[in-house]
Amino acid sequence: MSEPSQADVVSGGGAAPGALLEVEHLVVHHGQLRALNDVSVSLRAGETLAIIGANGAGKSTLLRTIAGLHRPTSGRILLDGVDLSHSPPEQRLRRGIALVPEGRRLFPSLTVEENLLVGAYRARPGPFVPDRIYELFEWMRTRRKQRAAELSGGEQQAVAIGRALVANPRVLLLDELSLGLAPLVVQRIYGVLPELLSAGITILLVEQDVAQATRVAARVQCLLEGRTTLEGRPGEFSAEQIETAYFGMSGTSAVGAGAPALEE
Amino acid sequence: MSWVNAVIQGVLTGAFYALFACGLSLLFGVMGIINLAHGDLAVIGGYVAVALIPVTHVPVVWSFAIVVPIFAVGGYVLQRTLLQASLDRGPFTTLLVTFGLSVVAENALLEVFTSNSQSLNIGNLITYSFSINSQITISYFSVVVLALAVAVLGALQLFLSRSRTGRLIRAVADDREAAQLVGANHRHVFGVAAAIAFSTVALAGLAYAMSSQIAPTTGTGTLLSAFEAVVIGGIGSVWGTLVGGVVLGVAQQIGAQINPAYQILAGHLVFLAVLALRPQGLFGTRARA
Repeated sequence: MSEPSQADVVSGGGAAPGALLEVEHLVVHHGQLRALNDVSVSLRAGETLAIIGANGAGKSTLLRTIAGLHRPTSGRILLDGVDLSHSPPEQRLRRGIALVPEGRRLFPSLTVEENLLVGAYRARPGPFVPDRIYELFEWMRTRRKQRAAELSGGEQQAVAIGRALVANPRVLLLDELSLGLAPLVVQRIYGVLPELLSAGITILLVEQDVAQATRVAARVQCLLEGRTTLEGRPGEFSAEQIETAYFGMSGTSAVGAGAPALEE
Repeated sequence: MSWVNAVIQGVLTGAFYALFACGLSLLFGVMGIINLAHGDLAVIGGYVAVALIPVTHVPVVWSFAIVVPIFAVGGYVLQRTLLQASLDRGPFTTLLVTFGLSVVAENALLEVFTSNSQSLNIGNLITYSFSINSQITISYFSVVVLALAVAVLGALQLFLSRSRTGRLIRAVADDREAAQLVGANHRHVFGVAAAIAFSTVALAGLAYAMSSQIAPTTGTGTLLSAFEAVVIGGIGSVWGTLVGGVVLGVAQQIGAQINPAYQILAGHLVFLAVLALRPQGLFGTRARA
């Protein structure tokens, strides 16, 4: 397989210098499989970047590697100029990187409140305390004594966001918030993002649903088989360009049921 | 009236089983370690006291003040080194390692203390008893063990449900990776859980050595009762372990009342019945804690 040249990447507005989170030439292997192949990501403070791409493109691997759950084969991960490439996840959390993992991953035998308290175990100082989370998601206060396993998928997702927020991260990584949730529930979950941004949190999110991603993110970056195929502001690209970057073939509308829907 | 006596003695024996079993339950519930060396650890606890008392001149009854801290530190260190290394290699390795530990422990004890049985002599304290009537006599020591078991299990329950560290232990038991994401070092948390488990098994070993005799191979036999108590009560439930121990103790004493030869058999039958009818145990809610 040939290495991708920069010319392969459809590039719009590049990231400015002085980025808060900088991922440089990341290569990650799952056994023999090269899940990420020279992926670079740059995020300025207060920015929202969406990573889009099909199943198996390496989106979740990217987020998990940034959070410290996978070891990179090569490449660097810098937060505010500090190299965290080889720090364990718990140290990255203390530095200000929090991940809301794919599939929520709450502690099922703990109550909602306990999940939030555990989330605050190594919290940095900041505005997000459990009480603030109860203001963000009002239903949560009355049901805080309920075990997490008894909640619906959407409610679990909200608690998972709350659990990451109480650590008061500088960069919040959101992995497939919409997975398995009804559209209305997804809207409600994404509805809290503006408030997080106004609190100064920088957001890197992974989303399969391109329409959803372009609605909430100022910039998108598309991955295909572990490489970046497109990067820039959503408005800079035609639907066809995005489709090509997403599936790796020029767009015919017969691509299949999973085709990304840009029209809203 | 002798049936009443059987039940009372069964409860008292069962309390000891529960004290003995709670460390086993904790190790399995939190780390998924099936500790085949658990019984030997209890026996080592007894032998440590046997070895240290002549040196330190601590009254035998207070020997736990030395042995329990030693076991807490030893548990943490063993977890962070050997047990963690085997956990990283998979559950089967862990099982083999604890089996190996059991073999090593028994042979080391044989080497150092010979196969002669030993006991922690607390003098008259062990013989004090009170009679309710002509048939029922209760030993003070077994009441103390009952109180100790209830206190230890109660404290453990309170610690797990209310304290910050206890909450973290439950979180790590639920989902190790997610716990890493909230900043928990699961290896350290495992170490803390092992320290607690080892402390409780040291207490059980001391109580056993005071009330009975220990020999290097005693541990393997007593281990079976602990396993049965844990399974009957339900994995991961602290109070379940107490109830499991008591059910097992009462079953054995009632079996013995029918025919002295049935004592052990009756315990096993109740254990098998629970496995068949309620595999998750009386208080277990999930397959794994």
